[in-house]
This record gives sequence, structure tokens and C-alpha cells, in this order.
Amino acid sequence: MKKILFIEDEAAIHKTFSDALAKEDYEITSALDGAIGLRLAKEKKPDLILLDLVLPKMNGFEVLKALKADEATKTIPVIVLTNLEQMEDIQKAIDLGARTYLVKSNYDLAEVVDMVKKASAEA
Amino acid sequence: MNVGEECRKYSIPLSQCPQFLFFVMGILIIISVMFSFSLGKRYIDDPQITLLLILSLTGVLLAMAFIITRSFEQLAEANRLKTEFVSIVSHQLRSPLTNLKWGLDFLLSEGAARNQQETGYFHILNENIGRMHELVNDLLTVSRVEQGTFPFQEKEFELQEVIDQVLVEFQSASVASNVEIRVEGKRMLRLYNDPSLVHHVLGNLIDNAIRYAWNDTGVASQGKRERNRIVIRLKDEGPGVRVEVEDNGVGIPAEDQKYIFQKFFRSSNAVRRQTEGSGLGLFIVKSLLEKAGGQIGFKSEENKGSTFWFTLPYGANTHKGIIKKT
Repeated sequence: MKKILFIEDEAAIHKTFSDALAKEDYEITSALDGAIGLRLAKEKKPDLILLDLVLPKMNGFEVLKALKADEATKTIPVIVLTNLEQMEDIQKAIDLGARTYLVKSNYDLAEVVDMVKKASAEA
Repeated sequence: MNVGEECRKYSIPLSQCPQFLFFVMGILIIISVMFSFSLGKRYIDDPQITLLLILSLTGVLLAMAFIITRSFEQLAEANRLKTEFVSIVSHQLRSPLTNLKWGLDFLLSEGAARNQQETGYFHILNENIGRMHELVNDLLTVSRVEQGTFPFQEKEFELQEVIDQVLVEFQSASVASNVEIRVEGKRMLRLYNDPSLVHHVLGNLIDNAIRYAWNDTGVASQGKRERNRIVIRLKDEGPGVRVEVEDNGVGIPAEDQKYIFQKFFRSSNAVRRQTEGSGLGLFIVKSLLEKAGGQIGFKSEENKGSTFWFTLPYGANTHKGIIKKT
């Protein structure tokens, strides 16, 4: 069973995602802020991390930087899932080591779920 | 005080910038004082009266300059805050809209249980969320264009490739509206500009041409009519390219034509035909083209059709100062 850590402060998105992947063989862990997300990433060693950028306590860039600086978590692929779409944000996330950058509002749920499935299969 | 930096903050030309105007008025005051001094020296014997006159004149001019530039500054600041406000609100609206959209996507997916009536309502909700999403995106684009932060990404590209992409996108919509689209003119044109800008502009013009094509009701009421068609015409015009999008649709009423590029304007036949749209499409297209060194125009006749055209230079373009190239 593949493990996915979803770091996102919107509870509604967590529920939708969990429901959409309910029939698949995934263990989904939710974190509602950046600090908890970072702690859970170290504890659970997920196969894939979905990361929002606008987060309480620690923003997504800080979480990404910390993940990539830690030997235990640096190889975990990270998909950034956010509504920030400025070029400088995209470039910064990619430079920090994000594998993919998705602007939420540009995708349907099914498209994002497909991308997550593909990324976790490759992980 | 850095005048240039202050003026850039308001995203307005130098001639309308309060700090620059204050500087110009200061120079004018010095000139007028010197002029008054030379006049006083020649025609007034008592130096104290001359001095008093000059001081009074300086005071009045300075007060006027201050009041005028202060008013300009307040207006410019209000405009900047408005653009910033639209940008922030639009961004904040995106998150709840995505939550709604994804929630509905799930309810409409195969895994969720629902009856026929629920499915119907979910589709209505989904369609309206799509419209709201489009409006929020348009507002964000408008505020970025006005703030000069629209991310233009220039590179060399083949115009035909962009046209082909746009045609693929509109294939199903054109078939559904019984519109034939064809391309005429010079094909192998290369541009150095932002291909997504050309994509956006052309997509908007074709979308409008399809929306305002004659529908079945129109055919019935107008008698026999030729098939709906759109012709995309490419022309090489020396320093740039000219692209025309001609349709034989319902056209734009003469009284509406002068407002067509205004923000939020929707022509009377758009309202009559209940065509969806925010009224921002052509405003955005015009603003983007002008920032990229191009132009746009049209000719139209009601009940006969419209031809919209735009031009873009072939070569590398300087974005007139305020657009940040990323």
C-alpha cells in the first residue's frame, strides 16, 4: 500500500481527496499546517507528498526546503498543489526540488487524482 | 525622493505622475519668480514692494501646486489600491471555488451515488462555478495588466502552430454551432513574442465569433442564410503580422461599436441572446496586445458579421518600461 502525505490547510480539500481515492489502495495522511506536515513526513516516510504553499506556521516553501535538506526525506517526491501561479513562485518551488507544480484551479479533480496515481506508482 | 520609483508604483505615465508634476511645477515657480523679479526691478522703485509681491506670488503658486499634486496623488493611490484589492480578492476567491469545483467533480464522478434530478442540479452548479472561475481569472488578468505584472514570456515561435492549437480547442464548439472555420494567407510566419498571448487573443476572437454566429432560431426568422463561417486570414505587413478573424454572424449594433473594448461592456445583442461572458474579454485582449507592441481593431455590420484584426511586430519588443519580463 502506497503512503501519501497531503499537507494542506483546507479541510474540504482533504475530504474530497480522501473520498476520490477511497477505492484505491492508498494510505492517506493529512496535515493541516506546515510544521505538522514536516513532522509527519519524517515519522511516516510517505511515498509521495502533496504540498500546498500557503500554510499556517510554516509555509510550503519552508517545508519543501526542510524536506530537501533532511537525508531522511530528501528523496520523497513532492507535488506542489496550490493556487499561486506567479512565475517566480513556480520557479522557486522547482528550484527547491518540487517534482511537479500544479495550479489547483486549472485542473479537474480527476486530472489531479490521475497525476497523483502516476507519481505514486513511479515513486 | 526617487521620482522614477514613485511613478512606477502607480503604474501611470510620467506626465500624470504627482511627484514628477510637483517637480515640474517647482521649476515653473522658480522661472515665474525670476520673471516677476526682473519686471519688478524695471517698473517698481521700492525694492520692499517687489520682494513682497514675489513672496506673495510664490506662496500662491506653491499652494496651488501642492493642492493639485496632492489631488493627483490621492487619485493615483486610490487606483493602485483598487487594482491591488481586485488582485487580492480574486486570489482569495480561488481557494473556495476550487473546493466547490472539486467537491462537485467528485459528486459527478462515477463513484458517487445520485439520482437524475441531483445530477441535473450538480451540472447546473458545475457550469456556474466554471463561469465564476472564468470571471475570477479575467479579473486577475485585468489587475495584472494594470499593475504591469502580467508574466509575458517571449520566444520565437511559428504562428501556424498556435493557430492549429486554437483550432483543435474550438473544434467541438464550432461543430456544435455549425460553424466552418478556415485559414487563409501566408502560413510560415515566425514571431518573437509570447505565444500564449497570441493563443489567448486568437482564442478570444474565435470564441466570440462562434458565440455570435447565427443559431437555428436566427435561421428560421431570417429565412435562407449561408452557412456560418469564420475565416482566419494571415497577412505579412512589413514589420509585423496582421491576423484577421472574419465571421458572417450577427454583427455588432452600430451604437455599441465605440464601447466594445471597454471594461465590463456587453453589447445589446449579447444581452438579448443571453450569451455568457464577463464583458472583460476584449478589454483584456486589447490591453495585452498594446503591452506587447500590437494593435487591435474591427469593422462590423449588424446582421452581416464582423472582422476583428490584430497586429504584432515580428521582432523582439521592448515592453514600454513597466512590464516585468520574467
